[in-house]
Amino acid sequence: MDKRNVVIIGGGPAGLAAAIGAYEAGERDILILEREPKLGGILNQCIHNGFGLHTFKEELTGPEYANRFIRKVKELGIEYKLETTVISFDKNKVITAVNEKDGLIKIQAKAVVLCCGCRERPRGGINIAGCRSAGIYSAGTAQKLVNIEGYMPGKEIVILGSGDIGLIMARRMTFEGAKVKACVELMPYSSGLNRNIVQCLKDFDIPLLFSHTVVDIKGEGRVKSVVIAEVDEKLVPKMETAREITCDTLLLSVGLIPENELAKQAGVELSPVTNGATVDDRMMTNLDGVFECGNVLHVHDLVDFVSEESELAGKCAAKYVIGGGFEADGGTKVETYGGVRYCVPQIIEHNDDYEPFPLKMRVSNVFRNVYLRVYADGQLVAQKKKQISTPGEMETISLKAEQVEALRKAKEIKVGLEENK
Amino acid sequence: MELICICCPLGCRINIEKNAEGFDVRGNSCPRGKQYAIAEMTAPTRMVTSSVLVSGGKEKMLSLKTDKPIAKSLIFDALATLKGVVVAAPVNEGDVIKADVLGTGVNFIATRSIEKA
Ligand SMILES: Cc1cc2nc3c(=O)[nH]c(=O)nc-3n(C[C@H](O)[C@H](O)[C@H](O)COP(=O)(O)OP(=O)(O)OC[C@H]3O[C@@H](n4cnc5c(N)ncnc54)[C@H](O)[C@@H]3O)c2cc1C
Ligand code: SF4
Repeated sequence: MDKRNVVIIGGGPAGLAAAIGAYEAGERDILILEREPKLGGILNQCIHNGFGLHTFKEELTGPEYANRFIRKVKELGIEYKLETTVISFDKNKVITAVNEKDGLIKIQAKAVVLCCGCRERPRGGINIAGCRSAGIYSAGTAQKLVNIEGYMPGKEIVILGSGDIGLIMARRMTFEGAKVKACVELMPYSSGLNRNIVQCLKDFDIPLLFSHTVVDIKGEGRVKSVVIAEVDEKLVPKMETAREITCDTLLLSVGLIPENELAKQAGVELSPVTNGATVDDRMMTNLDGVFECGNVLHVHDLVDFVSEESELAGKCAAKYVIGGGFEADGGTKVETYGGVRYCVPQIIEHNDDYEPFPLKMRVSNVFRNVYLRVYADGQLVAQKKKQISTPGEMETISLKAEQVEALRKAKEIKVGLEENK
Repeated sequence: MELICICCPLGCRINIEKNAEGFDVRGNSCPRGKQYAIAEMTAPTRMVTSSVLVSGGKEKMLSLKTDKPIAKSLIFDALATLKGVVVAAPVNEGDVIKADVLGTGVNFIATRSIEKA
């Protein structure tokens, strides 16, 4: 069996940054396993601009952003295997993978970093009558078809859900000559970025219908029309408002789910809120030496934050290997209250010589004029004033050294949202 | 005209009208919003991204972007200049695929490299 120090599963932005982080922390024996024929992950199909504003202060397209990291990985001489799919790993960090050249590979790793990204919520996950016809695609599948395969899935489009991928695809299909008739959103707000609502819908006069849903899909063999209706406060369709829109294609942009099947089988504890692992501030899961970061941990809106988080995970994985493991000290669980749905990391360790870290969270509704507050043993440690906080945007609270120290000493940590009174 | 400011997550709804002195801007919570609204009224621009077919390459499609923002009113004309374009591999990231689009001085450039098959 092959023996490696740090093995990274997934070569998307998370895996690339984790590898670079591990290298920079002094580790040299690093291997990335990627099932696609290319590094870069989902960014390869995101050909629009708007990536990297935070990190590089310039607006890159997805492939350009990925390439900056791919070039760095190659420059550093970090090893990677493409078209290699990990089929399992266990709590002893034995990884099983397959590829055409080597067949079945078994690797004993000292540390594993899970960077498998997320997948789209499948159509089975939502209930629409008549969901059998051809012409129904997830927005990400349509993105791949148009941008990678050069194939247009349809001419008259309705989009269900106003997530960013759906918004981006509304513009992309319009550019390719399609007519996007409406974007239909169940909630009274969008989970997409404002910028995308303006530049992908408003610019082309595509209506965005809040508090609406698709109640029926018509057409034998191929979609011919969809029936949409307004919903009440309980999200139940008001059938008297139903109207039919002719279209040949329905795109679903109804959310992403972290890809944690492998992790689950290995015994990684998952959070029911994020569908990702529960991690401590070193990005380590409940399994000793198994780390997780990027979209597989929790869905990010901006890839810049994926890179940042993953670099930290990579560094910690390297420190784990170089130091011969971490001393377990239990740590303190981070509790959330008042509209904060989750906070990553979920556990903060007491030992104080690890890397500094930020707190990342999402809220459950649209809140105006509020404070995000962090308490350690009842003492206010950090806060951030927000004019507006929405479920579509991840909130980050950066911590200074003394704030980190206060959290490390605490027996009780609370993160929540309070009205500005 | 009603606009949504995209300069920060607040997304203020801004009303902007022309008047004798220039513009009457309402609804913005900060000066950045006013600037944005005036730019959108006078000379709105956008980056444009698209893709074209590749021949003899390891991949089928080449992704492109404008190297500078282009007038919003020219988006569809600019895209039309890409119709039927097929690029022969190899291509390098940054290569100019269509120079001086519509005489604007803006170029469509490759956003990825594609090797020969
Ligand atoms: C369809 C889609 C479109 C998106 N569009 C945008 C966008 O426009 N803008 C934006 O900011 N964000 C977008 N996102 C979010 C985007 O995914 C993240 O910003 C970022 O790409 C996450 O990086 P990652 O490395 O965690 O995941 P990914 O980029 O998904 O990379 C995960 C990698 O792991 C590999 N992998 C998974 N399982 C295995 C396995 N078992 N063995 C080997 N390799 C494996 C995958 O092949 C993939 O390359 C999109 C996400 C999706 C799903
Ligand atoms: S006007 Fe100012 S506060 Fe309002 S969205 Fe624009 S930048 Fe933000």
